[in-house]
Amino acid sequence: MIEVKHLSRNFGAVQAIQDISFEVQKGEIVGFLGPNGAGKTTTMRILTGYIPATSGTAKVAGFDVQEESLEVRKRIGYMPENPPVYADMTVDQYLDFVAKIKGVDGKVRKKKVDEAMEKVGITDVRKRLIKHLSKGYRQRVGLAQALVHDPEVLILDEPTIGLDPKQIREVRTLIKGLAGQHTVILSTHILPEVSMTCQRVIIINKGKVVAEDTPDNLTARLAGNERLVMEVEGPADTVTQTLQAVPGVQNISVDRANGDGRVQLTVESSAGTDLRKELARTVVNNGWGLLELRPVEMSLEDVFLHLVTEEEEVAN
Amino acid sequence: MRNFAAILEREVKSYFLSPLAYVVIFFFLAVSGIFFYLILSNFVEMSLRATMQAQMYRMMPPKLNVNMMAIRPMLHNMALFALFFLPLVTMKLYAEEKKTGTIELLMTSPVTDSQVLLGKYTAAVVLYTVMLALTFVYMIFLFIYGQPELGPILSGYLGLFLLGGAYLAFGLFFSSLTENQIIAAASTFAFILLFWAIGWVSGFVSASVGRVLEYFSLIEHFDDFAKGVIDTKHIVFYLSFIFMGLFLTYISIQSARWRGAK
Repeated sequence: MIEVKHLSRNFGAVQAIQDISFEVQKGEIVGFLGPNGAGKTTTMRILTGYIPATSGTAKVAGFDVQEESLEVRKRIGYMPENPPVYADMTVDQYLDFVAKIKGVDGKVRKKKVDEAMEKVGITDVRKRLIKHLSKGYRQRVGLAQALVHDPEVLILDEPTIGLDPKQIREVRTLIKGLAGQHTVILSTHILPEVSMTCQRVIIINKGKVVAEDTPDNLTARLAGNERLVMEVEGPADTVTQTLQAVPGVQNISVDRANGDGRVQLTVESSAGTDLRKELARTVVNNGWGLLELRPVEMSLEDVFLHLVTEEEEVAN
Repeated sequence: MRNFAAILEREVKSYFLSPLAYVVIFFFLAVSGIFFYLILSNFVEMSLRATMQAQMYRMMPPKLNVNMMAIRPMLHNMALFALFFLPLVTMKLYAEEKKTGTIELLMTSPVTDSQVLLGKYTAAVVLYTVMLALTFVYMIFLFIYGQPELGPILSGYLGLFLLGGAYLAFGLFFSSLTENQIIAAASTFAFILLFWAIGWVSGFVSASVGRVLEYFSLIEHFDDFAKGVIDTKHIVFYLSFIFMGLFLTYISIQSARWRGAK
């Protein structure tokens, strides 16, 4: 349904996204996960035809977002991060207007507007001016706006931002209910949100896709251990045995043991621990030379960790 | 067509559901009304004096031309008041949508940029037409108490309509450049004032340059309309001015898309 190939976009000297490629099947719910400023919104804006890409192609329902923008826009419901609502209109009038410009036929328009309001639970405020609505209601009006013409593809930028926990649950349930009939891409920087709503996750960091998998697989990978790389000058066997005895060490593997008396090791410990101090002390106390000690670069985990720390603040 | 109509309808409703339309119309009518009163009393006084003089010399009382002496200056005054008020009508059209983010809805909906642009422009023209139509009440007073000629009044209103259309087109353009409505209105005002006064310097430059500058002056072209002359060259001038404004707006929107700016 959505096919993105080598998409890049520059803003002046800043590369917002670089060489992003992914595919989304019909009826799938896919989550864009990444910290703020990762390029989620830029990718979505290109898909919706709001801004063109610098290079690369993107197709929605077989239409190129650049060449056949109007065809793509007919098939997309888009909710930007800030709900694009006109404060001086009532909910009714606003959704009617959106339905009109989305090309909904006059005969079914009223019905479609009613359905959309029903789906997101704003029927009770339909006669109110949007400027008098709370943030949560405005967010839902924004969601109704994306749904009103029954689009094949829904693109939701941070759909739960600014909602209270109860509303967040409702919106998540709503999005889950859209699976099958609609293809959904939603962006979020909240890890559990994707595991709750999405069938597949695309993790974006600094403008690049760093991982793409099901939420379960990614969580399993996240639970992996801390790893340190060490290079020690000393007898390989003794070093390994001694370090194995350091409390907290789960596993040691010898990467390289040259004849010159140096040994390179990878030390694993459980997630969240830092054994560098203990390991260094042990090596020095034994009179060996510590040539290197560094944590293994784990970009995916880094991203996740970032997300997890942010999530703790909003966890309920 | 349906998209254009939807945009137009929303913009017109937004004008008339907010105080903006009423405030602008009210002050435009109030200022025009005061000047109408002043011009008319001046005219009445002059004709009174002329009649008295005529009686003194035992001559026929002269018939002063109300079209020339009251309506023409009135039309010129209204052209000036429109310059003050119309930037306030156009300033929000794009700037507000950029500020609130609703522009993102319009630009990702299956409507073309030109449909949006024309819808917004036409909405402003509708508001301006209402403003002008209401000032016609003043002219009706003249018909009740005198015998003005209708022709020059109608041609004057056609001129006002075209002139105001030119103001609005560039107002739309300046609104598309910024998300700040004050900046949009101020630059529109400055720009139009420049093109209004550009002919005045013609006396200080060489004759050929002066003629060119005069040709670009917005108000020079209005004079014939106020006199009762409908000349196609003036109509073409205003229409090309309007087209230029709308075209620049279109370019500005396209460029904002490419730059990824709002």
